[in-house]
Amino acid sequence: MTQNGAYAIQLKNVDVFYGPKLAVSDVSLNIQTRRITAFIGPSGCGKSTVLRSINRMNDLIPGARVQGDVTFQGQNLYAPEVDPVEVRRRIGMVFQKPNPFPKSIYDNVAYGPRLLGVRSKAVLDEIVEKSLKGAYLWDEVRSDLKKSGLALSGGQQQRLCIARTIAVEPEVILMDEPCSALDPIATQAVEDLMKILVKQYTIVIVTHNMQQAQRVSDFTAFFSIRKQEETPGKENRWGVLGEFAETTELFSSPNSEETERYIRGEFG
Amino acid sequence: MQTQLEAGREISRVQSAVAARRAQATLFKRPRPGEDAIRVYLLLCGVLSIFTTLGIIFVLGEESLRFFTSGVTDAVEFLTSIKWQPQAGEFGILPLLESTLMTSFMAMLVAIPLGLGSAIYLAEYAPSGVRTAMKPILEVLAGIPTVVYGYFALTFMTPALRGIFGQDAVQIYNTAAAGIVMGIMILPTISSMAEDALSSVPRSLREASYGLGATRFETIVKVVLPAALSGILAAFIIGISRAVGETMIVALAAGAGSNWSFPPNFFVAAETMTGHIARISGGDLSYDSVDYNSLFAIGLMLFFITLGLNLLSQWVSKRFREVYQ
Amino acid sequence: MSVSVSQSNLLPTGAEFQKGLARRNFRGSVWGRFYSLSLVVAILALIALFLNIINSAVGYTITVYEVEPTALVAGGDIGSLDANQLVGILQEYQERRLPVYVRDNLSVVDPSLFTQVAISEALAGHTYPAELANLTVTELSRDQQASILAANLPLEVLRTLVRTDVIGEKVIHPYSLNESLFERARIDAELLEAQEDEPNARLEFRSWLNFDFLINPGSSDPAAAGVRTALFGTLWVIFITVLFAFPVGVGAAIYLEEYAAANRLNKLIETNIRNLAGVPSIIYGLLGLAVLVRSLEFITQGRTIISAGLTLGLLILPVIIINSQEAIRAVPSSIREASFGVGATKWQTIWNQVLPAAMPGILTGTILAMSRAVGETAPLIVIGASTFIVTDPTSPFAKFTALPIQIYQWTARPQSEFRAIAAAAIIVLLVLLLLFNATAIILRQRYRKSLQG
Ligand SMILES: Nc1ncnc2c1ncn2[C@@H]1O[C@H](COP(=O)(O)OP(=O)(O)OP(=O)(O)O)[C@@H](O)[C@H]1O
Ligand SMILES: [Mg+2]
Repeated sequence: MTQNGAYAIQLKNVDVFYGPKLAVSDVSLNIQTRRITAFIGPSGCGKSTVLRSINRMNDLIPGARVQGDVTFQGQNLYAPEVDPVEVRRRIGMVFQKPNPFPKSIYDNVAYGPRLLGVRSKAVLDEIVEKSLKGAYLWDEVRSDLKKSGLALSGGQQQRLCIARTIAVEPEVILMDEPCSALDPIATQAVEDLMKILVKQYTIVIVTHNMQQAQRVSDFTAFFSIRKQEETPGKENRWGVLGEFAETTELFSSPNSEETERYIRGEFG
Repeated sequence: MQTQLEAGREISRVQSAVAARRAQATLFKRPRPGEDAIRVYLLLCGVLSIFTTLGIIFVLGEESLRFFTSGVTDAVEFLTSIKWQPQAGEFGILPLLESTLMTSFMAMLVAIPLGLGSAIYLAEYAPSGVRTAMKPILEVLAGIPTVVYGYFALTFMTPALRGIFGQDAVQIYNTAAAGIVMGIMILPTISSMAEDALSSVPRSLREASYGLGATRFETIVKVVLPAALSGILAAFIIGISRAVGETMIVALAAGAGSNWSFPPNFFVAAETMTGHIARISGGDLSYDSVDYNSLFAIGLMLFFITLGLNLLSQWVSKRFREVYQ
Repeated sequence: MSVSVSQSNLLPTGAEFQKGLARRNFRGSVWGRFYSLSLVVAILALIALFLNIINSAVGYTITVYEVEPTALVAGGDIGSLDANQLVGILQEYQERRLPVYVRDNLSVVDPSLFTQVAISEALAGHTYPAELANLTVTELSRDQQASILAANLPLEVLRTLVRTDVIGEKVIHPYSLNESLFERARIDAELLEAQEDEPNARLEFRSWLNFDFLINPGSSDPAAAGVRTALFGTLWVIFITVLFAFPVGVGAAIYLEEYAAANRLNKLIETNIRNLAGVPSIIYGLLGLAVLVRSLEFITQGRTIISAGLTLGLLILPVIIINSQEAIRAVPSSIREASFGVGATKWQTIWNQVLPAAMPGILTGTILAMSRAVGETAPLIVIGASTFIVTDPTSPFAKFTALPIQIYQWTARPQSEFRAIAAAAIIVLLVLLLLFNATAIILRQRYRKSLQG
């Protein structure tokens, strides 16, 4: 890997709370530009929580709170003058379950550009075509763009969601287990797509699939769970960043025994 | 010795009796008259609702038939004439229908924006504390008897309108005050139905929209509202149906005596279909008079309109369910 | 190093984007305001509604008395007097009307014959001294007439007579609470004006909702009118309504949830119930008028409590059925399976397991339906609830009036005294509804506790 310190996103001592409950604690990591970074770890360790703190998706959950610094190209995302709406346009998100709007394929993709004020049919056509091509969906749907997005197969729906995301030309794409609802063939298609997209975008992906992490990612962050007995019978659990390294390094010579047991599939 | 033998005999007798009973205890069905009687009773309870509907249709139909065959009027005149003057033998339903539509229109003018607005606020904006505090208030509003709303229309809304638009412009009885208060009455119905529709839009759609950089308002208008559209439309239609059938508010505040006004004037007195039925039947009414029969003809019209609206609303909301399954 | 990856110039960027964003945010916040505003309007409407009622129900009145109550009894409270004292007052001030009171309240013969027939005939069924049996009423002395009145008339009727015929309270002008608080000067001026015609007119602060209002029967004189008969009428009607609608509604719900197979008939019943719930209440009134009041007159006696109760029963039946169905559906099927597993029959299972578990929901639903029936006015008007009734109903076959009917009648009169008592009656109605709903909540919690053991 040849990286010269171009970090798209930096997290420094990030804590996230849901109401009074600490969900993840003291996460510091740097996400490199135009690389794929994978988040792995046992269920409930806060992968999604950290991911969602990167584009301020947590703002939508009542009571959720982020402490510490999340910087994007040197700007603190949580500075008071930052508008979360703009953050989310520049840092897009693809979700675990494909969630196309109950609208036509065309309208799904054109949704973001229209928000930005693009009205011209010609421009919209161009964006839709470019995005669908970018998501490698164009050939499958070009003849029927008026069809409802819900009428597509699961894998196609997920690629539609990716097309919808890249239509607003974000700089970073966050993907939360984008393949967990897909069959192996569709998964393959989405993985191939990621490898192409990474030439233009910074990608962060949460996955439970060790092979997938090894196949697609350049860097891997392993999160784990810390526990503390507060009163007998009542346990506090929160997530921490266990290890962060280049993927090949993390998988071949993990730093800690915990990481090693996890990637060997012994827990989680 | 003797007693032992006796006891032994006794035991064997009991044993053989038990054995005999065992042999009888098959798994065949036994008649259970009690259970069957209860079942029939319960079925009758269920079927009663059908008889109620049939009763309504029969009663309205029969009396309407008498009305149309009485010679004073016929169906065509009934549906097309713009005069309803029973004393003069004029029975055209249009003026009554017009006032019904006017009050309903006014009601929806109030209830749709406010009902939908408050539903959106409760479903999308309100912190959960506000929501739990507000719901009972809307329920109170929904539980107030309509005659109380009628009082409110007559003693508050009408004076208020007369204060704003002038004593000369607004009559003491008018469709505007009745309609506005009717809108307030319907507001909680629309609000709660619309809120249900909004809340049943999956969270994932909202997240997708926010994830693309939409503001909350854009997410609501472009994603949530369209996805909940059929449920919301169903709520509006139910609201219209309730407005059309509402009686007490118009009986108290809209005025007596039919009035065909074209173009519609909301500040003059005009009797609606329901208001007319209430006023005439509340007075001394002799059975078998044309007046009596005419009430049922109006009732039949009212029944068809509200039934149509209710069916339409069910159809619309059924389409909604199909989208998400 | 700047890491801009915008690959095209199709989308607005930089300053243009910022400007657009500001506009989008502004639009959003304006509409957000509107949404919360609509809720505020709803709350304001509710507040206005309540204030408006209270505003008319209390305030100053300019009142004139024929005879000051304090001249009759120390303290002016005629409620403390017994029958003899009340009759004594009547005898003192309205001596010549005593036979009329006997005729109006006690006579069982036609008024035109009243003065000609003997007491034994005219007052059959009432108590009177035996030695007077063969005399006519006009042959009695005033004292004898008075003692017959005292022996037979209920206290509240005597009180009403004293109030209307002796005290003769007349409200010349009622003021709303608002006027009373803020326009005192005008009120005083109008009082002076009134005193020119009626020297003993005076200003009183009056709550139209008071104890007398609750126990007085209806009257054409607003100052003496009360809601007693209407309240009894309403309670009677609701009693009949629930007596009919509860067993039938719960029965139908059990049938639909526990017995009904998914066949045509049952589907028809289901949709039919949903549609009945949307039929305007006035149409139920027409149904009741044609069927219960007219066709079944030989049973119902026409415009009676039972006709009204059954009409309202039909009206709330769909509501009870739908609520009960929901409550029954919420009972987990494991309970049913456990019961069947120990060899219970279907009905035993329903009666011993399902119904007790569903009862809190069913009761709440029923009471909510009841509250709706209590406030229903239109069907009662249509089936012709009589409006001027001053005697308490005593059986389901009695003629009656009801609270909402009274409210409607009083509101419809243009005089503001009637508006004031309508407001007072509305408060009574709302309190009644409040009691129902509180009962529903308490009942549900009790039941839940007792089920938990
Ligand atoms: N909306 C929420 N409100 C409260 N707590 C939450 C919320 N979302 C997540 N949590 C809690 O935060 C912790 C981390 O959750 P998160 O969803 O980030 O885990 P995850 O690593 O993504 O798990 P998974 O692999 O199952 O998706 C969990 O303990 C979870 O219970
Ligand atoms: Mg997750």
